[in-house]
Amino acid sequence: MSNELVMVRTGVANVASIEAAFRRLGLSVEATDDAARVADATAVVLPGVGAFGAGVERLQAGGLGDALAARIDANRPTLAVCLGLQLLGSASDEAPGATGLGVLPVDAKRLDGAPRLPHFGWNRVEPDADAALLAPGDAYFAHTFCFRGANADALRREGWRVATTVEGEPFVCAVERGGVLACQFHPELSGEYGRDLLARWLKNARLELAAEVA
Amino acid sequence: MVSLRIIPCLDVKDGRVVKGVRFQGLRDAGDPVERAAEYERQGADELCLLDVSATPEGRANATETVAAVRAVLGIPLTVGGGVRTIDDAARLLDAGADKVAVNTAALARPELLTEIHDRLGAQCTILALDAARVAADEVRSTSPRWEVVVQSGTSRTGRDAIEWAAEAASRGAGEILATSWDRDGTGVGYDVELLAALAGAVDVPIIASGGAKTSAHMRTAIDAGSSAVLAASIFHDGETTVGAIKRELAEHGVPLRATTEGVNAR
Repeated sequence: MSNELVMVRTGVANVASIEAAFRRLGLSVEATDDAARVADATAVVLPGVGAFGAGVERLQAGGLGDALAARIDANRPTLAVCLGLQLLGSASDEAPGATGLGVLPVDAKRLDGAPRLPHFGWNRVEPDADAALLAPGDAYFAHTFCFRGANADALRREGWRVATTVEGEPFVCAVERGGVLACQFHPELSGEYGRDLLARWLKNARLELAAEVA
Repeated sequence: MVSLRIIPCLDVKDGRVVKGVRFQGLRDAGDPVERAAEYERQGADELCLLDVSATPEGRANATETVAAVRAVLGIPLTVGGGVRTIDDAARLLDAGADKVAVNTAALARPELLTEIHDRLGAQCTILALDAARVAADEVRSTSPRWEVVVQSGTSRTGRDAIEWAAEAASRGAGEILATSWDRDGTGVGYDVELLAALAGAVDVPIIASGGAKTSAHMRTAIDAGSSAVLAASIFHDGETTVGAIKRELAEHGVPLRATTEGVNAR
């Protein structure tokens, strides 16, 4: 187990903002496409990438997807952001035929209820009462596809705590289980709310490391 | 329900914030990094940084400015000005932008919007539209018309602004930053008819820009279907703050995000 925070290199979008957010919390993040490092790191970030199809292709290369799926099955500290959340599902209407990691038993659909798409802006996060990391508050979203609200119970049956948001229709805006946190919104762009959430995720990751060392 | 976004805009030239009237007569309005941090503290929902430099040296400075602003900024950052190619857009994202606004280059070559959309996603692809009213005696119908202007408004293209917005959205623009040339820097209020025409023509969100002085102006933009309101002069001049504007909007029931400095309107 190597004591580091790494980010899976998937594309170009949003990486600078995530790096800056962790730097403000006093941590540097190293981007990598080495599956062994992704498997071994204390904590791993899966950022949003441009499109579902391209993201899936990138993860299938070199065993990155397998390394991520193994971490998530073991509830080890892993943060997925925006498209990173959708890549954990089975499929997406954005790229019919492309297969996601399948660690979440759901498919991404268009957020058809929204009056305007993409869904850009700040919206309310309502987490399950027993969520450990996710808190109620306003977070920043920038997306067109989502896991619909009807999927929440299927996720809960797999041990996930779920947060939902309403934009014309309810959708799953985040899930957490053990050290795993996956958000449709962008914590790195969500001001104080996002900073506090990232800090809780990091604190949780360190505690798990301390327990393993002990 | 998604909140109305208040977006302060930093026009940056040679590393400094500037502001003029109808894109002309630029005067100094401070350090961009200090401004950015202050606006986030006041409760800004997003920040826009437009590079108005005229020279390649100025453009290089702008990339450094984006990186310096990103280091302190925990809210979304839209950057525009001088984006001519997909590589320009990618370079700005690498420096720390979250969205890239394209203007003149997309008019010359609309495929640029599709290229940015396909490689970087709809959430990164913003059309910056500068629209000027066509004088009534030039219009035969009774309804108003707008044409696209470029080069700081000194050049009128003859292109219908509403048609261009619709084409840009169909080519992949995920949002439209609509600036009224007639109203820019004047403080007489947004061109509400322009905003309503755009909101009716496209399904993507509209950012209202040009002419805002008061929260009442901002409410007219919301009523016209805009998802966000942009303002520069009123915040730079210290006439008001984002927090003060939000408190006034909240009194009228406008949905806003909860912030420490502003109000919890939910």
